[in-house]
Amino acid sequence: MSTRSFVALAACAILQAQTKYGVGRPPSEAEIRALGATVAPSGAGLPEGSGTAAAGRELFARKCARCHGEKAGGDIGPALVGGQGTLATAKPIRTVGSFWPHATSVWNYVNRAMPFDKPGSLTHAEVYAAVALILHWNGIVSENQVLDAKTLPAVRMPNRDGFIPDPRPDVKRPGAPGK
Amino acid sequence: MDKTSRRQALRLGAALGGSLGAAAQEPRSLGRPLSAYGERSRFVKPVRATRVTKTPEAGSSSTPLADTFGIVTPSALHYERHHAGVPDIDPATHRLTIHGLVERPLVLTMDEIRRLPSASRIHFLECGGNSGSEWAAENGPTVQRSYGLASCSDWTGVPLRLLLDEVGLKPGAAWLIAEGADACRMQRSVPIVKALDDAMLAYGQNGEPLRPEQGFPLRLLTPGWEGNVQVKWLRRLDVTDQPYMTRDETSKYSDLMPDGKARIFTLPLEAKSVVTFPSGGHTLAGAGLYEITGLAWSGRGRVERVEVTLDGGRTWVDAKLDEPRLRLAFTRFRMPWRWDGRAAAIASRCTDESGYVQPTRAELIEARGTNSGYHFNGIKLWKISPDGSVTNVHA
Ligand code: HEC
Repeated sequence: MSTRSFVALAACAILQAQTKYGVGRPPSEAEIRALGATVAPSGAGLPEGSGTAAAGRELFARKCARCHGEKAGGDIGPALVGGQGTLATAKPIRTVGSFWPHATSVWNYVNRAMPFDKPGSLTHAEVYAAVALILHWNGIVSENQVLDAKTLPAVRMPNRDGFIPDPRPDVKRPGAPGK
Repeated sequence: MDKTSRRQALRLGAALGGSLGAAAQEPRSLGRPLSAYGERSRFVKPVRATRVTKTPEAGSSSTPLADTFGIVTPSALHYERHHAGVPDIDPATHRLTIHGLVERPLVLTMDEIRRLPSASRIHFLECGGNSGSEWAAENGPTVQRSYGLASCSDWTGVPLRLLLDEVGLKPGAAWLIAEGADACRMQRSVPIVKALDDAMLAYGQNGEPLRPEQGFPLRLLTPGWEGNVQVKWLRRLDVTDQPYMTRDETSKYSDLMPDGKARIFTLPLEAKSVVTFPSGGHTLAGAGLYEITGLAWSGRGRVERVEVTLDGGRTWVDAKLDEPRLRLAFTRFRMPWRWDGRAAAIASRCTDESGYVQPTRAELIEARGTNSGYHFNGIKLWKISPDGSVTNVHA
């Protein structure tokens, strides 16, 4: 490496390390991890661990059924099953099974927000198992399909292509210029 | 008058049968002494309206819009929408972490955030589900119930752009995943264009720190966009190349169309206005002078015009708009009105600086059906009966 390009590189490194205002400090990798899992539709961010619907039954009965119903048909909490084929009808039923476009989102939500009165209390394996059971009851995965960081993002949800971008303004009025 | 002559005068008054004293006023008692923290008058009663549910930590309460003046909502009456209750956060221990596709990830304390260049701006906040009841045939009886998930405050904070410059965006950075410190770690994906435009990290509201219900000690503000995306109790911003399709941008806050497809990321709120007086639940005391007033706002900028109808939409008259008219803030409109005591049907419709005109409910339903649930901005009609009672009807 020539001296000049070395100097340029060093200057670049210094610039990268500097911020304009100099407030705050860089977090360590461990600190970022400690903030908790956050999951992209690609599966990025999914942690280790795995679960099956079979393994989720006992957990669901103990920690979820009280609010969502024994078979997740809804109670204090919303229904988590059913509704497939209803979205284009007068009475659409929006559930994980009929509406949610990504299985990763179910994992991400249950992990951060459920059980409603004790969020953050489930192990990663329990979250995989609970998600597997909900998906199984919706006819999306089989009883013994293992869900983990690799298989979960590959699950194809029935409403995967059901979302479209914002076309508004969509109400055209006579005499109104519109956009 | 010295003490002695005063005493003499009093004695004289008593001798004259108290006639001097009788002309005087009723004695008055002293008022309350100074107080460290003020309360409103005990005669002023408006409160937020809540809906009773079995999980009151996940729900909403609405602003009594008809009982507010001007454009700023008193902080204690700002609408609420929480998904896991209001956390009790000590600002000394609160941290904001910015990481992901950035050159220099940062953790900031609240003290550090408050050292950065700041700004104050007045903006409305409206829940994407505000007026959701209007999609149904049975609509809200009062302006509070039907339009009250909207409020307006003077926010103080740091422009988000400044912090994104500070961390340095990496190529491919297109979204921010914002996360709250509430129990459910509420999470929404925010397009980076908004973050680089007018988004703000707010710690102040109406001259004081944010109220806990509004995100104390720190919240995201994306002015003009639906409230849910403006994550409260902000603890992390993860910069990514894609939205995370979180529960509250897919399962909720998406607009289901009659063909079964749902519109997603319908974030800017369209122009909307409502007459707050007279409105549902009011009773006019009889024929004579009243001031029709209300609020208008738009997620696409300034409100340019508000028209009022007294005959159910056949004819419209321009209302007077309070100045200054601020971008992405409530605008107050007023119109003096001499009621003749006959039946009337009152509504307002606004036009924003993009030229967009607030539609009728029927026009919205024609475009979207009745199952979209969110983002209703239709014209609201109030019916005035000869007995002075004001009730809700659909436009
Ligand atoms: C104390 C009652 C309660 C318990 C226990 C509970 N939930 Fe929930 N759940 C709720 C409520 C209430 C909501 C809606 C929250 C909101 O609207 O913000 C919800 C929402 C959900 C949703 C999102 C549904 C949708 O379509 O948006 C999923 C998925 C879910 N719960 C899964 C679970 C699982 C799995 C468990 C057990 C590990 C569980 N819940 C335990 C009350 C509960």
